[in-house]
Amino acid sequence: MLHKRNPQLNRHGELIHLLSIEGLPREVVVNILDTAGTFLSVNDREVKKVPLLRGKSVFNLFFENSTRTRTTFEIAAKRLSADVLNLDIAKSSAAKGESLLDTIANLSAMHADMFVVRHGESGAPYLIAQHCAPHVHVVNAGDGRHAHPTQGLLDMYTIRHFKQDFRQLSVAIVGDIVHSRVARSDIHALTTLGVPDIRAVGPKTLVPGDLQGMGVRVCHDMAEGIRGADVVIMLRLQSERMSGAMLPSAGEFFKHYGLTDEKLKLAKPDAIVMHPGPINRGVEIASAVADGTHSVILPQVTFGIAVRMAVMSIIAGNEA
Amino acid sequence: MSNLILDAEALYTELRSGVRALWRPGMALMGIWSGGAWLAERLAADLPELGKPAVISSTLHRDDFSARGMAGGTDATKIPFAVDGAHILLLDDVLFTGRTIRAVLNELFDFGRPASVTLAVLVDRGGRELPIHAAFAAAKITLPASQKLALARTDDGRFTFSIEEQNV
Repeated sequence: MLHKRNPQLNRHGELIHLLSIEGLPREVVVNILDTAGTFLSVNDREVKKVPLLRGKSVFNLFFENSTRTRTTFEIAAKRLSADVLNLDIAKSSAAKGESLLDTIANLSAMHADMFVVRHGESGAPYLIAQHCAPHVHVVNAGDGRHAHPTQGLLDMYTIRHFKQDFRQLSVAIVGDIVHSRVARSDIHALTTLGVPDIRAVGPKTLVPGDLQGMGVRVCHDMAEGIRGADVVIMLRLQSERMSGAMLPSAGEFFKHYGLTDEKLKLAKPDAIVMHPGPINRGVEIASAVADGTHSVILPQVTFGIAVRMAVMSIIAGNEA
Repeated sequence: MSNLILDAEALYTELRSGVRALWRPGMALMGIWSGGAWLAERLAADLPELGKPAVISSTLHRDDFSARGMAGGTDATKIPFAVDGAHILLLDDVLFTGRTIRAVLNELFDFGRPASVTLAVLVDRGGRELPIHAAFAAAKITLPASQKLALARTDDGRFTFSIEEQNV
C-alpha cells in the first residue's frame, strides 16, 4: 500500500528537508528549538565555528532578492564550517532561459550537499526537493506567499525565550497577513506548539475572513486585536501592495494599524513586540516602539542564526 | 544484562579519593555531559574546594555525526571560568574508544588554550581506538564491544550502572 509521506521527513520520521512548518510533528519543531539553544552559545566562543558541516557545500539559491535572509543563512552555514556559494540566480541562468530543474541538475553535478532556496513561486522548494539527488537537502528560505519556515521557527524560539510556555499565550499578528509567508509559517508553528489564542489583525483587504479556517481569530479592529496579548508580531507593509486598491495610503494604515506606545498599552504590561524586518518606521511600527523596552526585534536576528544552524545541522545529519 | 555487577556508588567513593589525590590548587573541574557532569556536580558538593564545575558536551565535534546526526543530545557546554591557561581536571563516567574525549578536547580548545588537561573516569573498559589515557580510573574492566555500559542517576542522586546489548 502506498502512503503519501510528508516529503520533509524520511521513513523514520526524521527531518531531511525543511520546506514548511505545516505538517511537521510537534517533537520535530521542539527538537529544532532545543538544538538552536546549543548553537546560540557558539557565538560567545573564542572560535565561533563548529565542524559539523565540514567538507559540505551549501548553495544559496536566491531566485528572489533578499540580502538579509541570504546573509543569515550564509553566516549560519559558515559557523557550521560548510563551504557556501551564493548564486544570484535571478541575474544568471534563469535570465538565460534555463528551467529550474535544469539549474538544479547542473548545480547537483557540482556536488552540492544542500540548497537554500528563495523563490517567488509557491512550492518551488518542494519541486527541487523531489528532483534532487538523495543525499541533497533543501531548506526553504521563502517561497511565494506560501511559507518562510526558518522565520517561523526563529519567531518561536524568540517567543519561547521570553515567554517559556506556549500553552498560556495570546499572540497577535498584525498587518498584511494575506500576502505574508511569515504569517502563514507563524500561524502553523503557533498552532503546532499549542498556543490557544492566535489573532490575525488588519484591514479586510489584508486579513480575509477565511483565515479562521487556520485556527485564528480574525480582528479588523486593532484595539480588539492586541488587547491582552502577550506577543505582538508586526508584519512589514509591503509597499508594492500599496499601489493597488488594497490600501488608501501608508499614513492611513499607520493611523489604524500602526503600533504606537499608546496602542501597545492595550497589550499585557510585559508583552513583547516582534517584527521579521526590515521595519518601516512610521508605517507599521512607531520608532518609539521599535526601539522601546518591549521590542525584541534585534534578539530575533541573533536567534535566527542559531535556528538556521540547527535546521541545517539536523537535516544534514539525517539520511533520505 | 550481563552477570557483571558494578557498584557505581562504591566506585564513586574510589573516584572521590582519586580526584582528591590528583587535585592541585588552581585546578578547574569539568564534567563531560551527561555522566561526567553528574559526577562533577556531586564531587563539587562533596569537596567544596573543587569550586563550581564546568559542563562540556561532545555533540558539536563528534566524528559519527554523519551516521548519528544531532541525535547525541543537545545540552550545551557551560564553562564558568576562562579556559586560557587553566589546569583542567576532566571527568567522565566510562572511557572506551577515546573518541568522546577527542571530541571534547576539540570543543574545549574552541574556548581557549588550557595549560593542561587531566582525565579521571569512573570505569575504563578498554577498547581504545585513539592514544588517550586516564590519569585515574576507579575500575578497569573488559567488556565486549557489543555491550553498552551506561551510568544512570536515580531521583535521590545515587549512581547505578547498566550494561545493555547493542545491535551493532
